Amino acid sequence: MPESNLDLIASVILVLVKIGVFFAVFMLILAYITLVERRFLGFFQERYGPNRVGWQGLLQPIADGIKMFMKEEITVSGANKAVYILAPIVFVAAALMTFVVIPFGDVIWPATMEIGGRVYNFTLANANRGVIADVNVAVLVIFAISSIAIYGLIMAGWGSNNKYSLLGGVRASAVMISYELAAALAIIGIIMTTGSMSLMDIVIHQKGYWFGVIPKWFCFKQPLAFVLFLIAIFAETGRTPFDFTECENEIVAGYQTEYSSMKFALFYLAEYGHILAASALMVTFFFGGWQGPFVDAPVLKYFLPIIYFCIKTSIVVFFFIWVRATYPRFRYDLLMKLGWKFLLPATLVNILITPVLMKIFGDL
Amino acid sequence: MAQPEIKLGEERRGGDTETMEINMGPQHPSTHGVFRAVVELDGETVVKVVPHLGYLHRGIEKIAENRTYHQIIPLTDRLDYMAGASNNLGYCLAVEKLLGIEAPPRAQFIRVIITELSRISSHLFWAGATAHDLGAMTPFFYMVREREQILFFLEMITGARLTPSFFRIGGVAMDLPPEFHDECMKFIKAFPPRVDEYEALLTENVIWKSRTKGVGYLSAEDCIALGISGPMARAAGINWDLRKNQPYSSYDKFDFKAAIYNGCDAYDRYRVRMMEMRQSNEIVRQALEGLPEGDYSVTMKGALKPPAGEVYKAIEAPRGELGFYIISDGTVQPFRMKIRAPTFVNLQSLAKMSEGRLFSDMVASLASVDLVLAEVDR
Repeated sequence: MPESNLDLIASVILVLVKIGVFFAVFMLILAYITLVERRFLGFFQERYGPNRVGWQGLLQPIADGIKMFMKEEITVSGANKAVYILAPIVFVAAALMTFVVIPFGDVIWPATMEIGGRVYNFTLANANRGVIADVNVAVLVIFAISSIAIYGLIMAGWGSNNKYSLLGGVRASAVMISYELAAALAIIGIIMTTGSMSLMDIVIHQKGYWFGVIPKWFCFKQPLAFVLFLIAIFAETGRTPFDFTECENEIVAGYQTEYSSMKFALFYLAEYGHILAASALMVTFFFGGWQGPFVDAPVLKYFLPIIYFCIKTSIVVFFFIWVRATYPRFRYDLLMKLGWKFLLPATLVNILITPVLMKIFGDL
Repeated sequence: MAQPEIKLGEERRGGDTETMEINMGPQHPSTHGVFRAVVELDGETVVKVVPHLGYLHRGIEKIAENRTYHQIIPLTDRLDYMAGASNNLGYCLAVEKLLGIEAPPRAQFIRVIITELSRISSHLFWAGATAHDLGAMTPFFYMVREREQILFFLEMITGARLTPSFFRIGGVAMDLPPEFHDECMKFIKAFPPRVDEYEALLTENVIWKSRTKGVGYLSAEDCIALGISGPMARAAGINWDLRKNQPYSSYDKFDFKAAIYNGCDAYDRYRVRMMEMRQSNEIVRQALEGLPEGDYSVTMKGALKPPAGEVYKAIEAPRGELGFYIISDGTVQPFRMKIRAPTFVNLQSLAKMSEGRLFSDMVASLASVDLVLAEVDR
């Protein structure tokens, strides 16, 4: 066997291990975000939240999972079966796939390592970097995937043969299509500044400090894009104040009205998956991703970036929960107005301003 | 603010599409009980609303014909269970009018304290539930926190939290417990800052305003034509508060203002109720401070047999004019009792408010009526 093939095999094994560990940790985090949200909402609302199962309710997600498995699987009569079953799968797959391109760390494994007297090279296919696939059009991949997620909702709304579901599905598709546009256009400014669509490049670009204290994050460089993207992802993840795709007070539970058991659980998981993905994107685009102090220090560089990334993402997730506890829900037509009449023009203005400023000041 | 003209039906759709009919209720999260409306939707626009009532009909008016006058009091609790004491008061005043007696001053003040506390608790729950209908979760929990304290007071005085049955014909069942005065004073002092807290969450909130301003529009003329009373009428600028206009139970001895706004919409209904909570708090304080000494009930001998005749007595319940029309044939039981339930009348406005508007607005309009189905269906 040629020598270089051994390197390839070593890298592939490392990638597979990375994917496996990432998936396991990710699913665990997803399950526990539900607990975190319920506990925080309890805290905001002067009540306890789930604190009975295990210490501080720590076993609650597991109990919920078991409960979901035990529930009866109902398929309503008159449902379009194929569409009905496919919908949650599409939705959950899209939620998970976003993470493929998001960098969660810098270097997580030494580039070369001596095992059994041979020096193995782990740099093939970015195996030792903190990202599963460092695609050079990662921004496009993300928006492509989140468009697929919409199909999950439309299919659920259509396939359920329920009028409330249909309304929810229609609302979801209309809102998400208009907000995806705003979200994508808000990012253009960043792509212009960075000159790359790779998320890893975008994160690396945010290295350094102004005056030694203010980090060179895009939330400071691109404040308008930051605000617009923030609003857009709230709409896209279907969270309060834009949660009318499933607002219980109007259309009962929207697209997921007729789902039960694990199909419902998949929707539930995917929803939190989208929140997590949106938070991770927010961090990557605007809060310097895994950047932070001492990320270049010898041994620390292997795990410190991952910790920074997790902390930043948790803060954004907390912000999602905080907003949910504070605001009432927008009305569907008002949101469409906001999207097309304010967000879209504002993103265009941002696209116009960015090159002008870059020409005058250069890249700060 | 005039209601914008919205095209409906053929004119809007161009003739090649169909409307969708959905069944909102009897189990629906925002119908607060068992209200059912068949809603015809054109996309998200409401074309037609047909309310279907009667899921909670218990025949209270008929049952009352087979009960003695005192036995009817617990039945009235079950009308508007969010403010049970108001129903007791309305009924007792009607029978007292029939008998030609009046409760002693101390009893009248105790009645005022209890009904005004009930009014606060009812409005608190309304505001919380409405905020929840419009997507804001948190205010509900804050409001329920204060409501819980009021229910604690009601339990302290009457022994029951929701269904006090505490008023008697000619007075009240017992005197106030000695520890009540100090406890209640503490609450009265703490309450206005709490209302400020709710208002901080909602009143000037841009989303809250956009969801309620101009929504559920009902002009003063429409209100009068439909017989709307209570906060809904006062939000349309109609100066009609029975506590002011036809004072009963010593309301003329208290210094308070009727809450009146001119917006005719859900937002002003919210503001009216918020202001009424503050006013009620003030009334309770005045009543506690000026509580007269004396008997808490008149003494009556023998079975209660009012003279034959008819009587109508209305009070300002939290939801509007609550009237009791009683026909007596001189026996121990009424010949007929008719209850004018405010929400039953106010609910008529639902179609007027929501046709031509969005489905989301219908939810807001319905919430602004302050629906208690037990009172609507009786």
